[in-house]
Amino acid sequence: MAEQNSHYYVPAQSPWPIVGAIGFFLVAVGAGNLVAQLSQTGEAGWGRFILLVGFIILLVMMFGWFKDQISESRAGLHNAQLGVSYRQGMSWFIFSEVMFFAAFFGALFYARMISVPWLGGASNNAMTAEVLWPSFEAIWPLTTTPGGTTTQAMGYWGLPLINTIILLTSSITIHFAHTGLEANKRKQLTLMLGLTILLGMSFLVLQVEEYIHAYQDLGLKLDSGVYGNTFFLLTGFHGMHVTLGTLFLIVIFFRVLAGHFSPDNHFAFQSASWYWHFVDVVWLCLFVFVYII
Amino acid sequence: MNTLTETASHDTEHHHGPAKGIKRWIFTTNHKDIGTLYLWFAFIMFLVGGAMAMVIRAELFQPGLQIVEPHFFNQMTTVHGLIMVFGAVMPAFTGMANWMIPMMIGAPDMALPRMNNLSFWILPFAFLILLASLFVEGGGPAFGWTFYAPLSTTYSGDSTALFVFAVHIMGISSIMGAINVIVTIWNMRAPGMTWMKMPLFVWTWFITAYLLIAVMPVLAGAVTMVLTDKYFGTSFFNAAGGGDPVMFQHIFWFFGHPEVYIMILPAFGIISTIVPTFSRKPLFGYPSMVYATASIAFLSFIVWAHHMFTTGMPVFAELFFMYCTMLISVPTGVKVFNWVATMWRGALSFEVPMLFSIAFIVLFTLGGFSGLMLAITPVDFQYHDTYFVVAHFHYVLVTGAIFSLIAATYYWLPKWTGVMYDIGLAKLHFWCSLISVNVLFFPMHFVGLAGMPRRIPDYSIQFANWNQLISLGGFAFGLSQLIFLALVIKACRKQGEPVPAKVWDGAHGLEWEVASPAPYHTFTTPPEIK
Amino acid sequence: MVKKSPIILALVSLLHYSEVFANEAFVRSNINLRTGVTDISQQVYDLHMTIFYICVVIGIIVFGAMFYAIIFHRKSKGAKAANFHESIKVEIAWTIIPVIILVVMAIPATKTLIAMEDPSESDLTILVTGSQWKWHYKYLEHDIEFYSLLSTPKEQIGGQWIKGDNYLLDVDKQLVIPTNKKVRFLVTSDDVIHSWWVPDFAVKKDANPGFINEAWTKVNEEGIYRGQCAELCGKDHGFMPVVVEAVSPDDFDAWLANKKAEKAAAQAEEKRLLAMNMSKDELMSEGESVYMGYCAACHQQNGMGLPGVFPALVGSPITTGDVKAHIDIVLHGKKGTAMQAFAKQLTLKQVAAVVTYERNAWGINSGELIQPKDVHQLLQE
Ligand code: HEA
Ligand code: HEA
Ligand code: HEC
Ligand code: CUA
Ligand SMILES: [Cu+2]
Repeated sequence: MAEQNSHYYVPAQSPWPIVGAIGFFLVAVGAGNLVAQLSQTGEAGWGRFILLVGFIILLVMMFGWFKDQISESRAGLHNAQLGVSYRQGMSWFIFSEVMFFAAFFGALFYARMISVPWLGGASNNAMTAEVLWPSFEAIWPLTTTPGGTTTQAMGYWGLPLINTIILLTSSITIHFAHTGLEANKRKQLTLMLGLTILLGMSFLVLQVEEYIHAYQDLGLKLDSGVYGNTFFLLTGFHGMHVTLGTLFLIVIFFRVLAGHFSPDNHFAFQSASWYWHFVDVVWLCLFVFVYII
Repeated sequence: MNTLTETASHDTEHHHGPAKGIKRWIFTTNHKDIGTLYLWFAFIMFLVGGAMAMVIRAELFQPGLQIVEPHFFNQMTTVHGLIMVFGAVMPAFTGMANWMIPMMIGAPDMALPRMNNLSFWILPFAFLILLASLFVEGGGPAFGWTFYAPLSTTYSGDSTALFVFAVHIMGISSIMGAINVIVTIWNMRAPGMTWMKMPLFVWTWFITAYLLIAVMPVLAGAVTMVLTDKYFGTSFFNAAGGGDPVMFQHIFWFFGHPEVYIMILPAFGIISTIVPTFSRKPLFGYPSMVYATASIAFLSFIVWAHHMFTTGMPVFAELFFMYCTMLISVPTGVKVFNWVATMWRGALSFEVPMLFSIAFIVLFTLGGFSGLMLAITPVDFQYHDTYFVVAHFHYVLVTGAIFSLIAATYYWLPKWTGVMYDIGLAKLHFWCSLISVNVLFFPMHFVGLAGMPRRIPDYSIQFANWNQLISLGGFAFGLSQLIFLALVIKACRKQGEPVPAKVWDGAHGLEWEVASPAPYHTFTTPPEIK
Repeated sequence: MVKKSPIILALVSLLHYSEVFANEAFVRSNINLRTGVTDISQQVYDLHMTIFYICVVIGIIVFGAMFYAIIFHRKSKGAKAANFHESIKVEIAWTIIPVIILVVMAIPATKTLIAMEDPSESDLTILVTGSQWKWHYKYLEHDIEFYSLLSTPKEQIGGQWIKGDNYLLDVDKQLVIPTNKKVRFLVTSDDVIHSWWVPDFAVKKDANPGFINEAWTKVNEEGIYRGQCAELCGKDHGFMPVVVEAVSPDDFDAWLANKKAEKAAAQAEEKRLLAMNMSKDELMSEGESVYMGYCAACHQQNGMGLPGVFPALVGSPITTGDVKAHIDIVLHGKKGTAMQAFAKQLTLKQVAAVVTYERNAWGINSGELIQPKDVHQLLQE
């Protein structure tokens, strides 16, 4: 075991990256074809199969990659420096995710503070309102668009509030799962982790409920103008992240059951928990900016 | 698992070589292999993008429509821009980073070698999609590399979805690459390699990587909104639904402006490495170089709307963006002055890397000056979307970014291959490039000022003479790059004099302390930093 | 081949250049910004030159120093490298001095900008609307409106004919404005973003669909001023010129009166047409010219469109099916696509003719004739 004697650790070659690249390729081609076909003919063409295969390959890749990683780690091959690299890598990855959401929050703020008021004649746009949109009224939530599409706004009372409480609670439970792990209290760890997963799932169920409510009762749809757009894309991408986060936690849960992780070596657990906190913070911003004000 | 135990056990001297055959390149986790892959990929993309530029120049050789249809012309312009930016310049710098950063900071490899492989291998696929989209019905993207809505949404062809997903995955690649650079620099520096001892190339890349992880996700957001606007009925960029086409431009340029500095900061690092070597004098004002780089990066986030002066923003916004943009000249000037001061009273010699660096300093600064002129809002109303802008950005990109990459190649190629390249050819390449590139891009200032818009396949006759000259310069510049291609291939096949570890007598840095060619694994134990 | 042809080209054009440099056209061809014909454009020009000269001076100093070092501090001449590598004083100096230079530039720039962005107290307001690929002008106070299309013949573009003096810069109907009056432009678009640009006025404003931008000019000299669309707006972005004629206020009033009379005559003609039937030949020849002028840009001269971007009309369900649907899409376009509404742009007769043409050209020969009154009827519904 020469490499362990030296200070540095260099992982060996791996087939998984190229598998992943092919997976991404198929997903991109498949999704591209699917979307274009749907819009032209209303029917999904061969793209959906490619997309599916792509996703399966990505799953296989992740499974295989992490499996190798886990066995290497459990074989004691990784050194402390690699652990730090992983942690830093994960945190900067989360930062890039933050920036992804920032783009959509940016769109939300722009629509609220600039484009809608301008369409109503604010700033240097008096003529815009007068000539092009004489009957448009600039209010937020935008329940009637300049083009005349109408919708109702989503309040924050009820489901959204419950969901906020659920997510906040889940952040607390994951925290206690972590302290449990660090204190080597496996019971607390399993319990709290399981609770977090349940909370995550109930969040998702309620979110679906809310979407149904939006579509059926409020007429609030993806294409209901910029209010609906920002609402669904922000909550939708957030929901996708919750889904991923939950899956991540489930994997961790099984690893916990299998006896993985120790009080001082639990990078995967830690990153799942960071991810969960990140998803939670995004939701708080959403709740404030999308629902309340 | 097998591979792991195998390498770990049979290898007692730390110096196991690469795997054999094609597997070496596909499965590799070695920063040098991956760097090589990136560099070759970028070079091929440069040729492909260049070939498209040749189509553009051939069509513009004379007024009238001769060779291509306007719709195809627009595809050429668009894909030329996209390929050069995302396929040539960015991967080339990433390749340089992969090769040099671990060596420069005394690390064994990049911090996350497998992810490194993934970041690379996504790229060929992304560009395969982009290029293939040229052949679907209705053609590839034809809305400019800036894909302004609603031209890219409601009014675009069917291949737009492919374009969007291709950009998504190349974004994933860049983000992973950037994370790797950041983590490598934070975590893998050899003991003693303190922040303020890091070579400037490492510094500039470090800051560039932050720009990348901050803005590539925003680009992903922008293309996502284009996708939903086109295919799912949203109206982010549609006034009838309460959105605004100009919002697209804000989001795009919030990415796009930092993006142009992503393409120049590593170049600054390269020049700051080469100039001291051939001046035989330490870099003047190292700390101020670091601070200047950081200030440029910071300012780059608050100037984006200088691309949008004609969109009808309120005056106060125009003024704000004008002032901030002008301010960028100050830190950039500091860099230029520092390079000149480094040369001042040095013992200069003019090996090929130095020749390209000097050309860089002069011609980049020229491009910077035209940038400053563009920053002056009232005058930008005249310049905007004319060939004056095209001249500006080719000066900073071709004689800036590309020249710096060529300089870097001439500087480090002997280290990579272990042999000295054909210096005669290299000099020929330099002089041919230097002359033709100016014939190519300098007159663009003239036609631009005289009123020739960009992105047009045909122009009125008063621009004919200059365009002819420009096209000739373009062909000559394109051909000159074939010299470079030949030279690099020759060097890679080890045809040339073997070189010592320290190839240039004035060079400093850890990369010159390992043998040439650099061993497959550079440092297995941390080197000592003096 | 690849290698040879540019070399030959280079030789040929070298020959060519020796003639060209002496050529008058070359001397005329501008290499600098124009001063233009408004006070603002003059200010912009001055600003441009000021910054340019400042840059030249900085360039001379910086490169002067660099080339001095290159010439006198070279190793081959036995130069020994000094070892200094910092000096707080110079570094502060070369940070502060550029800031001062920038402030000096910013002051006049700010003044000019504020003047340019003040369209208030205008004498005349014109709504300028871009659409793929033509400009629409509407004189808001005078109820006059018209489209302005490129009028350079296809044959000149294709190279069959010699190119004229104002190649690509000619339109069928130019915008007419009075001199010495403050004219306000409200700029917007029907489809994608265009940009309305007249270099001689130093006016360039993006035409954003759904929003109105304002700009203004006050022209000092009579004359015809030419510009182009300055924002990529699709296939024919390069074929969307802007031509403005500035005339004295009196001539302008005369022009207005003339336009009004024309409009009344056109309305009378429409009425007359409603009561009669046009012959097939008449419809077809009129239809062809309308088709080539308005439709061929997208659907192509042979009616085959550009697959994937613009649909073929030959064999399309709409052109072979119910006439009503056909007329309807021409009149009202299709929302959310490049197919625009032509009701405003074409007369009843033109619509009837173009629909007839599309149903009988390219070997289709359905024999169906559409009359202006059919179109009129559909418009009423
Ligand atoms: C590597 C890429 C790169 C770099 C480094 C720059 C650098 C700069 N750019 Fe450029 N730019 C582009 C790439 C780049 N640009 C591209 C691709 C586009 C077009 C995009 C598109 O539309 O497709 C563009 C377009 C563009 C525009 C929009 C033009 C328009 O569309 O109307 C503007 C306007 O302000 C601008 C400004 C600047 C400025 C002020 C700098 C400054 O950073 C320059 C600073 C440098 C100097 C000034 C020279 C050195 C300084 C001194 C010697 C000190 C003393 C000097 C003074 C005090 C004057 N650029
Ligand atoms: C780093 C980026 C980069 C680089 C290196 C280049 C390199 C070149 N560019 Fe590019 N360019 C852009 C980035 C870049 N460009 C961008 C972002 C745009 C804007 C796009 C948009 O508007 O959306 C643009 C737009 C643009 C235009 C304006 C198009 C228009 O507005 O319609 C033109 C026109 O001349 C042009 C020309 C060239 C030429 C001649 C080269 C040359 O330097 C290329 C030289 C290289 C080669 C030629 C390849 C090597 C040779 C061969 C493969 C052999 C074949 C050779 C022959 C047949 C002679 N470019
Ligand atoms: C700027 C481009 C453009 C111009 C100019 C244009 N069209 Fe179209 N046209 C389109 C597009 C795009 C469609 C497809 C709309 C859709 O997606 O259904 C279309 C559809 C049509 C159709 C229906 C064909 C079908 O199968 O769906 C007819 C008929 C038609 N156009 C006639 C005309 C006529 C007549 C003119 C000129 C007076 C004209 N078009 C000018 C872009 C254009
Ligand atoms: Cu209209 Cu370009
Ligand atoms: Cu910029």
